[in-house]
Amino acid sequence: MDRGSPGGSVLLVLTVLGGLLFAVAAAATHDPLFRFQAYIFVAAAVLGGFALTAAISSGQLRDEPDKYMDGVVRAGVIATMFWAAVGMLVGVFIATQLSWPNLFYFPEAGWLNFGRLRPLHTSGVIFAFGGNALICTSFYVVQRTCRARLFGGVMPWFVFWGYQLFIVLAATGYLAGITQSREYAEPEWYVDLWLTIVWVAYLLVFLGTLWKRREPHIYVANWFYLAFIVTVAMLHIVNNLAVPVGLLNHHSYSLFAGVQDALTQWWYGHNAVGFFLTAGFLGMMYYFVPKRVERPVYSYRLSIVHFWSLIFIYIWAGPHHLHYTALPQWAQTLGMTFSIMLWMPSWGGMINGLMTLSGAWDKLRTDPVVRMMVVAIAFYGMSTFEGPVMAIRAVNALSHYTDWTIGHVHSGALGWVGFISFGAIYCLVPWLWKKEALFSNRLVEWHFWISTTGILLYICAMWVSGIMEGLMWREYTPQGFLAWSFIETVSAKHVENVIRMVGGLMYLSGVLVMIYNLWRTVRLPSAEPSVALSAPLPAAA
Amino acid sequence: MSIWKHHGKFERHSLALVIGILLVVSVGGLVEIAPLFWLESTIEKVKGVRPYTPLEQTGRDIYVREGCYVCHSQMIRPLRDEVERYGPYSLAAESMYDHPFQWGSKRTGPDLARVGGKYSDSWHRDHLIDPRSVVPESVMPPYAFMADKDLSLRDVQDRMRALTAVGVPYTQDQIDSARADMEAQADPFSADGPALRKRYGEKVVSRDFDGDPERLTELDALIAYLQMLGTLVDFSTYQAAAPANER
Repeated sequence: MDRGSPGGSVLLVLTVLGGLLFAVAAAATHDPLFRFQAYIFVAAAVLGGFALTAAISSGQLRDEPDKYMDGVVRAGVIATMFWAAVGMLVGVFIATQLSWPNLFYFPEAGWLNFGRLRPLHTSGVIFAFGGNALICTSFYVVQRTCRARLFGGVMPWFVFWGYQLFIVLAATGYLAGITQSREYAEPEWYVDLWLTIVWVAYLLVFLGTLWKRREPHIYVANWFYLAFIVTVAMLHIVNNLAVPVGLLNHHSYSLFAGVQDALTQWWYGHNAVGFFLTAGFLGMMYYFVPKRVERPVYSYRLSIVHFWSLIFIYIWAGPHHLHYTALPQWAQTLGMTFSIMLWMPSWGGMINGLMTLSGAWDKLRTDPVVRMMVVAIAFYGMSTFEGPVMAIRAVNALSHYTDWTIGHVHSGALGWVGFISFGAIYCLVPWLWKKEALFSNRLVEWHFWISTTGILLYICAMWVSGIMEGLMWREYTPQGFLAWSFIETVSAKHVENVIRMVGGLMYLSGVLVMIYNLWRTVRLPSAEPSVALSAPLPAAA
Repeated sequence: MSIWKHHGKFERHSLALVIGILLVVSVGGLVEIAPLFWLESTIEKVKGVRPYTPLEQTGRDIYVREGCYVCHSQMIRPLRDEVERYGPYSLAAESMYDHPFQWGSKRTGPDLARVGGKYSDSWHRDHLIDPRSVVPESVMPPYAFMADKDLSLRDVQDRMRALTAVGVPYTQDQIDSARADMEAQADPFSADGPALRKRYGEKVVSRDFDGDPERLTELDALIAYLQMLGTLVDFSTYQAAAPANER
């Protein structure tokens, strides 16, 4: 065993072999798109090989069992903010396309069309921004709450860089026209296989750290992170079952067809919301909110009830995406029933998060980071109330296929996922870079107000346009004819489309303010001598 | 209360926690999804649904590649206004050969489940090349590049074989003649037309979809696909209220 860099040389050998494998694949394939993606694998292997060699020879990967592994968390924070800016910028761009199609479509550049950019936006914010936020905060939280260094030697670094490679493969693939066209599961079969490898490594790092823990109990935040990792693995594997056209071909056909394919996809799709965008970020809430306000979690028992009922009920809710479709009605009814039941655990979690502030409510006034996290929890409560309402068949008859759904998703994504992540990262950066405080609390205030106003503009515009188009589609004239042609309902939304674009731009501006603030924070003089990365752990358990 | 004490087992044993999570999250999927594979009533028994011809399937692959599903649904709900606007509501049987399904979730543009035959080939050609030339208020992206892009015939047989592996009943004869069938469907004067119709049914028409008789382009394939959407089932003979079709 090389104690200097545990697992480093094994990973180096695997990287070189992987690079060679894809170099051969790039040479052998007749599929230009597959060759393009194989080149990305090769480039990643070359860069990875050089970086690994340098890191091993300079001793940067040496194991320090009595210290926390924070380098990978710092890298994760940077990646999170980078992908946040990229993913949201693409979102603003496609919003301008819908507002001014004459200006923002380019007939000769098919790869900039809405159909290819929209998955780039959704994957960019959900998987690149959200995924990196989850991975880096989970790495931080599991070490602190277990009082143990991350398990697996170089494996956490493999998880981090492997996940970035997944993002780059998926994103360049969408632009090139490589997609399964299954919402939030667009990456093709070989990218899915790569993500499976990375995800298993992630699970091993997380579980291994739990095994090493020097605390008798596993802290509640880790239950949620663990449920997120395990369930996303299950969803990802089942939903992406497919037969590739060839081993050197980028395309594949899903194993299931039609109605079975639809329900499998929405079982996955809804639980990408339930486990990726909810359970994981609840883990974040259960660590960073109590830590920041210096109060214990409001109720331990509520955490237990909240946890098990949330993960049990969420998985049933998928069919509400298929109301009134060719999916058998019994399945739709089950999905609707469980969606309404889901309101209870969701609000249980919201109450547990909010009430953690008991005795510290003054921090809402004095600490803008706390305010950001509290508003995140409030948006969580609001969108988990709106969701069950929209899952009722009669409401869904109006809301489905409209902008209302888009507004609902964004109140959850911008309000809950975005703000709780920003709150966590505002906490993390001074801790990780050993600074006394953020560069500027005033800039956090600016970020908060610009982005909150942006969210409100966005979701109000989508409520108006969604309900308006839903009503216009079903409106009849007194003579009994449909009142509006489809295109009239499109042009009726122009103003709302513009307001949505402005709202998105404001949200993005807030993020840019945040990035500047974090950058200045990192450049502040250190609060303490830079020798101690972290307080050393107790010598023996 | 002692029940809270028992929870300590999950908090002290990470494997117990993992197994507990896996059990709890498996139930919903097993109860909801698994029966769809063996309940016979899931897919209606209707006449007319057939696998896509090679040209249509290639067009469908382009539809998938371009991400059309992000703005267009292919699922008409049994609501009065939808049935009047788009046509008879969609049946599960109509997407039984769809790998993947493309029901969609958003109508930034109209539903396409029955767009087949509603517009002429030349309307589709103009509309795809420049949507605002025929619908001034449209927000759809232009697809002019498809008219210039020769259709790749290289892996069409591999694609049909992969589809066969996931359950589409293509015959060996259909796979062997895939390229000839593609040429034949895009050429109204092709001598292979009757053979194509023998393999895929009398309703398959041979037309020069993109208006360029010299070339077989991506536009040919995409329009061929759009023009057959929703046309397979004869709804004058379909008994929606028959007990076998009550779902």
